[in-house]
Parts: sequence; C-alpha cells; structure tokens
Amino acid sequence: MGHDVAIVGIGMSKFGRQPGVTGRQMAVGAVREACADAGVAWPDMQFAFGGSYSCGDADTLVSLLGLTGVPFINVYNGCGTGGSSLISAANAIKSGERDLGLVLGFDKHPPGAFNELPENVGLGSWYGETGFMVTTQFFATKIQRYLHEWDISSRALAMVAAKAYRNGALSQKAWRRTPVPAEEIARAPMVNDPLTKLMFCSPGEGAVALILASPERARRMTTAPVYLRSAELRSRRFGSFEVYSTWLSPDRVASVTTDASRAAFEAAGVEPSDVDVAQLQDTESGAEIMHMAETGLCAHGEQEKLLADGDTEIGGRIPVNTDGGVLANGEPIGASGLRQVHEIVLQLRGQAGGRQVPNHPTTGFTQVYGSPGISACTVLTR
Amino acid sequence: MTTTRLVDESLFAADGDEPGHAGVPSLLGSRCDGCGTTTFPRQDTCPRCGGAAMAGTVLPRAGTIWSATVQHFAPKPPFRHDGEFVPFGMGYVDLGEVIVVTRFTESDPGRLAIGTPVSLCAVPAYTDGDGTAVVSYGFAVAAAGDEG
Repeated sequence: MGHDVAIVGIGMSKFGRQPGVTGRQMAVGAVREACADAGVAWPDMQFAFGGSYSCGDADTLVSLLGLTGVPFINVYNGCGTGGSSLISAANAIKSGERDLGLVLGFDKHPPGAFNELPENVGLGSWYGETGFMVTTQFFATKIQRYLHEWDISSRALAMVAAKAYRNGALSQKAWRRTPVPAEEIARAPMVNDPLTKLMFCSPGEGAVALILASPERARRMTTAPVYLRSAELRSRRFGSFEVYSTWLSPDRVASVTTDASRAAFEAAGVEPSDVDVAQLQDTESGAEIMHMAETGLCAHGEQEKLLADGDTEIGGRIPVNTDGGVLANGEPIGASGLRQVHEIVLQLRGQAGGRQVPNHPTTGFTQVYGSPGISACTVLTR
Repeated sequence: MTTTRLVDESLFAADGDEPGHAGVPSLLGSRCDGCGTTTFPRQDTCPRCGGAAMAGTVLPRAGTIWSATVQHFAPKPPFRHDGEFVPFGMGYVDLGEVIVVTRFTESDPGRLAIGTPVSLCAVPAYTDGDGTAVVSYGFAVAAAGDEG
C-alpha cells in the first residue's frame, strides 16, 4: 500500500471494569470522540465495519448513532475483529468507491467469556473433560519451549509485565495503572508454569473507533493524517504451534505472526528495523517476548538483553506497548487490535503526553494474535 | 468390581490386552498415505496435503517431553474431576513421527524438564454418575530400565 489510506480520527473509551456502562455505550462514546477528533459528524460516514465478541451486533448501534442508511457490516473474527474491520475499511477506500468511513471494535466480557467448548473448535469432548481446554496452557507450553530453545530466563517474563504496569500508570484510559515490581510479579501465584497471575492479561472492557479517509479527503481536513501503509491478516499454516493443538508436527514452520508481519512489512515497503514504536500482542509476558522476534523486531534470544538494557521502554531504541498493552489495558478482544492502532496514531501525531516516545517517531507497527491461530499486523507512518 | 471405560475410545488402538500394556491401549493416530503426515487423534483428511487417504496408525508408547507446564487452577467445564482439584502436569510428548498433547503423572515442574524420557500410562480422569471409572491416557517419567 502506498499513501492511499489515511486515519483522520480516533476515539477510545476507558478500558477496564466500568460497572454500569455497557459495551454499546462505550462504543457510541468512542465513535463520537473519533468524529470530534476528525472534525466530522456521524452522517458523514459513507460506510462502517465493526464488531464485538460479547456485545452483540455492532450494526444495531445505528439506532443510537443516527439512522442515516449507512452500510454497516458486522465483523466477527475473534481477536482479529479489529484488524479485519480495518482491512475491510481500507479496501473500501482503496477501491475508490468511498472516501470516509468508520472502523469500530468493542467488548465487555463477562466472567467466563472465553469458556470455549471443544466442539466449537472441532475437538472431541475428551479434550475438555481431561483438562486441556485452557488457553493459559498453550501460552505456558509455548513459552517454556521458547525459553529453553533460546536460553532466556524466566526473569524476562517478570520484566515485561513490570514494564506493562509502569506504562499503564502513564496511560489515563488503562485498567491496571499501578506499577508492580518485577520481584512481586515473579512471586505471584503460579497459573501455568512459568507464568504467574501477574504475567497474564484478563478479559476486559473497552471500545475504539477509527475514521479512515482517502488521502485527498484527508488533505481537506484539519487533522494531521497518519497513513495506514499496510494491514494484513493471516491464519496458521501447517506446522505452526497454535492454541488448542492436540498434536504438533515434528516439522516446525514459522508462526502465523511471522507470516502476517512479513506480509505487512512487504506490502508497506518498510523493514522491521525502520519501526520507531510497536504494539505487540502481550496476552501474557511470554507472548510479547516471542512476538518481538517473530515479527522481526529483534533476533530470537536477544530479548532478555533488550529488556535489561531498557531498549523496549518508552525512551528506548524500540519502544514496545507504550500504553501498557493488554497486560495493563485488559483484553476486550473486539477492541484490542484497534487500541494498538489508536496508540500508534497518538505516538506518530506527538499526542501521547507523558508516554510520548521522544524524537518524533514516524513509523509504527501493530500485531495481534488470537485463537484459532490468526494474526493481523499493520504498518503506520506519518 | 468397578467398571472402567476409556474417556474416548476413538483415541485408542485395540491393543490394551497385550502383554506389557497394563490395560492401557496405545494411542491411535492417522497417517497420510500421500505425504506421510501423522495426526492425533485420527482424522479423515490430511491437514498438510489435503489428501483423503488417511490410515489408522498405532503411535509409539514412549517418547520425550517436548514441553510441559503444571495446571494450577481447575479448568472450567467440561473439565471433570473427582473431589478436590489437584494440580496436574500437562504438555506435549515427542513420539518421533508426531508430538501429542498429554497429561503427565508428575506435577512437580522441576521434574518435567524438556527432553525427559516418558512412557504411556493410564490416568484416572473422573467417575461417571453410575460409578464407572473413566480413564484417559498420560505419560509418566520413565524409571531407569523402563521399556514402555
């Protein structure tokens, strides 16, 4: 993609538990904020793509936003909902048929939200009955193997989480805003070795809205556009290790995150080394560590040194998850992919306040990962 | 005498009565006639080449730990267990032609190092309402001299 899709407006609700506020209310608030940010109104939207896992059909929000007849397409793609909505919106603009529209993702997960049934993912009941239907096991077994293969200590896991909570403290809309020392994170109750309770995100609440425009339209508006240089979604190929696997091939191939990130960089004509600020899926600390290398932002095994040297801090060489990621914001899966983009847009605009990456970052990158083995990545530039 | 049943018969071969098998049948996978890929459990089509010629294949009864963790909290339903929840080891065992998910009889993470030799065994899963003991498979850390 060249400079043919611009993000001209962004809006985001608070993330984290908001008793008495529905996911739909958060969504409407985010849309209004994005419209105000862009200097447009809801009736100006020529299309909308959006979705939610737990909060019903996004398109029914038109009764609250305004019954303009806008084509509003619901997207239901798990953790890929935001990315898929973004890709769909970008395609509408690139086609030349539309020049202004909305992308929306929101969720408010009740307790037990991700209590998936084996049958829903094509597995026999035995898999759940004998205790394997637990996503935390996947993350734990994957990071155990990774730490072993690349000689990384479990200390790195605590350091990632400590960074997340530190950055969350600087992010007004985050959920977990109290710094926690690495030692306390390491000593927290073990969930699935080597991951403790404080190294895992929780299913959460939040809404994000983005307004996309063609470059010509963007130039007529008053905001500083950020260009969506690429947005790529991939599903797993044979041989990758994904959640809910009853077996693995002895022949390993690159992960779906590697496939999606490679595609995003190639489509944008940008190298991982060009990235000034990144948002990576940090479902748990190990995920951030693995995704740093799977996306090509660093080499496998380098992560512990990068963390120890502060390279992924806000002031470091390659800041990762400057708003605290899902660890600090929680995981409302319809919204998270878009929260990542929202944060990168703030950073590239120079509007990230107390967590602003210094020296005018110009190139940003986002990556989500989710069940059943999908990843969506974007490259954004000034 | 307690009746016993396997948690899911389709996971197993019919060789539970063979000498040395201690009543635990071998695991049953499928192997693609076209590309040689092995899956577990059995499936009808090959996820690698898309071929439909998948033959049942009896999997090895011994392997090494590919990765392991301990489950410290009780999974939600449909997980079933008797009495109080006891943390259990789980992970993946490398059987050569395929790596399969499994419970481990060991729940001390210090004894579940990657590369540890393990062999197939029965793992009690839960008890049915009518008193039938439901059994699944697991892998136990092999003592010296085990031939699995």
